[in-house]
Parts: sequence; C-alpha cells; structure tokens
Amino acid sequence: MTQHSAEGTRTKVKNLKTLNNTVLSWLKISVFLIALIPLTKLAINAYTDNLGANPIEKITHITGYWTLSFLLITLTVTPLRRLTGWSWLVRLRRMLGLFAFFYAWLHFSTYLVLDQFFDWASIVKDIVKRPYITVGFPVFVLLIPLAITSNNRLIKLIGGKRWLTLHSLIYPIAIGGVVHFWWLVKKDITEPLTFALLLAVLLAIRLIYWVRTKWA
Amino acid sequence: MTVYKLPPIQPSEITPRDLFHDRRRFMQLAAGASLTALLPQNSFAGEPLAGVTKSTDRLIDELTPLKDITSYNNFYEFGTGKEDPAKNAGSLKTRPWTITVEGEVNKPKVFDIEELLKLAPLEERIYRLRCVEAWSMVIPWVGYSLAALLKQVEPTSKAKFVEFISLHDPEQMQGQKSPTLNWPYKEGLRIDEAMHPLTLLAVGLYGEVLPNQNGAPIRIVVPWKYGFKSAKSIVKIRLVEKMPVSSWVEANPNEYGFYSNVNPDVDHARWSQAKERRIGEFLKRPTLPFNGYGEQVASLYTGMDLTKDF
Repeated sequence: MTQHSAEGTRTKVKNLKTLNNTVLSWLKISVFLIALIPLTKLAINAYTDNLGANPIEKITHITGYWTLSFLLITLTVTPLRRLTGWSWLVRLRRMLGLFAFFYAWLHFSTYLVLDQFFDWASIVKDIVKRPYITVGFPVFVLLIPLAITSNNRLIKLIGGKRWLTLHSLIYPIAIGGVVHFWWLVKKDITEPLTFALLLAVLLAIRLIYWVRTKWA
Repeated sequence: MTVYKLPPIQPSEITPRDLFHDRRRFMQLAAGASLTALLPQNSFAGEPLAGVTKSTDRLIDELTPLKDITSYNNFYEFGTGKEDPAKNAGSLKTRPWTITVEGEVNKPKVFDIEELLKLAPLEERIYRLRCVEAWSMVIPWVGYSLAALLKQVEPTSKAKFVEFISLHDPEQMQGQKSPTLNWPYKEGLRIDEAMHPLTLLAVGLYGEVLPNQNGAPIRIVVPWKYGFKSAKSIVKIRLVEKMPVSSWVEANPNEYGFYSNVNPDVDHARWSQAKERRIGEFLKRPTLPFNGYGEQVASLYTGMDLTKDF
C-alpha cells in the first residue's frame, strides 16, 4: 500500500518534469493573470479612494514592493528548476522578468509624474544627493535593455552567449533594488531585511552550483 | 412648496450626558466579558470637549480632514506603519492617568488628568504639522500653553531643559514589544521653547477628546519643529539642567538633532526638506522656515548656527 502510493507520487513528479504545450499555455495565462492582481487591487483601491491619507506614497510603496518581489520570483526559477528538475519553469521566466520591469516602470512613473510632477531640477538633485535614489535610478535604467532583449528575435540577433552576459545584470539590479529599499526606510528595516535574506539565499544556491561545477 | 421641518426636540427628551454614559456602561457590562473585550475600553475619543474657546486665527490653510488626521499617524508605540496606530491604539487605557512633574522645580507634583483638563481654559489652536518625512497637515488642536502647567511647579534657575517621557507599557502599546526605539519615548525642549506660548499641551482635536492614535490623553504640540518633537501620551515631565537625549537622537544622531526646527535649508541626511506634501494636495508646496512660525520663534535662536544645531 505504502509502496504503491509512493510509486504514484513518483509518477506524478515524473509528469511534472515535462508538461505538454496545452498545459503550459494554461499555466502561462494563469501566471499572467495572477501577476496582474497587485495592479488590479491598486487600481480598485485608487478608484474607491481606499489608499489612505497619502495615496502617492502608498502607490510608490506598493509598486516598489512588487518590483522587488517579481525580481526575486524571477531569480527563483533557475534554482527551483535545478532542485526539482521541472525544466518547463524556465519558460515562465521571461514573463516574470517582464512583470518585474512592468512594476518598476509603474514605480518610476509614479515618482516622475505623481511625486515630482516633472520637476526635473528636483529629480536631478535627488539622483545626485539622495543615496537611495542614486542607487534606485540606475537600477531602473539597467532594467530597460533587459526588457527590450526579452524576445526570441533579439536573442538570436545578439547571440545566446552575449545575451546571457547581458542578462546577468539581473544580479546587480536585484542587489541594488534591495539596497534602494533599505536606504529609504526610516527605522523599521523588517521588510528590506526580508528581501535581503531571500536574495542572499537565492544567490547562495547559485554559488553552490557554480562551485560544484567548477570542481567537478 | 412645503418645506419639511424637523420637529423640535424638547430639552426634556434629551438624555443628560451622565445618564447616557451610565446607560452605555450598563450595556457594556451586560454584554459580558467577551464582548466588552472588543470595545475600546476607557477611550473617550470622539466626545466633545466642553468650554473650548474657538480659534480666531484666520489661517489661509485648509484644515486636514479628521479622517486623515486619525488614520495616518507616526506613533511607533502602536507599530511602524502609518495605519497601525488607528488599528492598534484601542488598547490604550487613558483613565486613570497622571503626569508626574519633577526635577529642578520648587513644587514637584503629580497631576491627575481630570485636574489637567481644568488647569487652564481650553483653547482651539489651528497649527500646521510638518513631519520630518516631508508631509504635512493642518490640525485644530484643543489645549492650552504648556507654560500654564510649568508655572505651577515653579522651575528653579537650574531648569534649563524640559524632558517629556511617554507611557511605557507593551501590554497597552504593542509596538513596544519590538525594540524599534529605546522605550519609553523621550523628547525634550529648551526651557524657553517649552515656555513659549505656541508650545501646546493638547487634550483634543476638532473640538473633541484626543483620539488614542493621536497621543491621548495628553500630548505636546510644538508647531515649528518636526512632528516627532511633539511627544504623545506623556506620563512624566522632568525639568533638568543638562540637555536630555531624545529617542530619535539616540537612535540616529547623524540624522536627527535635538532642536529639529523645521528648516527647508537643512536637509535630512537622506532626503530633501525643501518641499512637503500637504495631505490631500497633489503638488508639493515649499516648506517654510520654522514651519511658518518664524515671526514668533526665530528670536529664540539668534546667534545659533542652525545648520550645526539642526
């Protein structure tokens, strides 16, 4: 009995390693819709005037929070694929990465339009003088080439190896993003600390794999 | 066209306040322990304060709505989120409450809250509040000048500074279960700042008893300084000879100074103080030196380098 159910689980795991295209398409649609939930909630709360006394601050915080979350989720794909053998996970990675950019773009637009209202002098001063913006701004700029090259045509054009090198920018981007959050918090660092620890785990797993392949 | 008029209510039909509250207390008792635990105990927020002299200040600034004043607070004793105090401050018991006034005074005394409410005539004071985080509000406080209280205890010539100490009780203030700041919250003023008529001992806002999340039952309001200088829910006032160390200075001396006067020319270590977002407004407005109270208070600081004594 026990052996039978163990075998059943094993078959399921085996099934999870390969997904047929129909299942994968449905999965992609689901992930796409789920990734839009934070934005939908934000839009509903904005429409129903439920963003509190300082809505601009709240929109900035929420879009920034989801940028970091999607960056970390994107970085989870490879370790998870290696640990589970679910190779199809990589086929969700591009969409997750693009959602990280999408929320980053919303975050930056909120700053540019709602917070500063195109006050360029003040923005330049922020970039030069405010350490968390000095870090945050280039992080956003670095995301742009990654987003632009996230399609098959450009991967072919650039060539796989160079594309990989370009996209390893995701590591400084993620680190910079967490630092950006850490430096703006007044006192309670619980949230940025959580992001930092999760990122550290994700990077550590990569380091372990890298060391093992080097020595192997 | 006939206009419907509300039937006049006979004075005899209106339940006297005391009776009304007796009735409420009775109902609360009857509702049993489980239900009463859910009710905000000993909190009288929202009750009108009697005998308040209305403000005659004609401030061009529009008042911030009560809802915003009571739902967007920095009161780390109840959590670090802006909405945490409104959510968590129900557990604060504002009765019984006393303030101990001690130190360099001839007549140290423990004041009961009921006594404090009657110590001087209650006035409405419409003040701008500028938070160090670059947002601001306009709040109609109710209270009287702190000087009225300090005069009663007769500060000695050694009383150079005044220290305010807030309640420390993690059972009532759940935010104090985490070491966000070194509890209890401590703030301080120079004696001349504390004695300045603008410095307010506040017990209410919008004509009503101070809501818990705004520092009930009694707090300080210093309108020309960043908000954190205005200590909330205070239990002790100490007159001292040496400059006291306030909680934020203790937490980060590079970013917060003892004086913390609102100053658009002296930036916070990590952000600009040149502009502020008035809650309810879209575009930021320029921040005024001393939060617009320069005419009244700038003379307190003549000869001082405010970029050094920030």
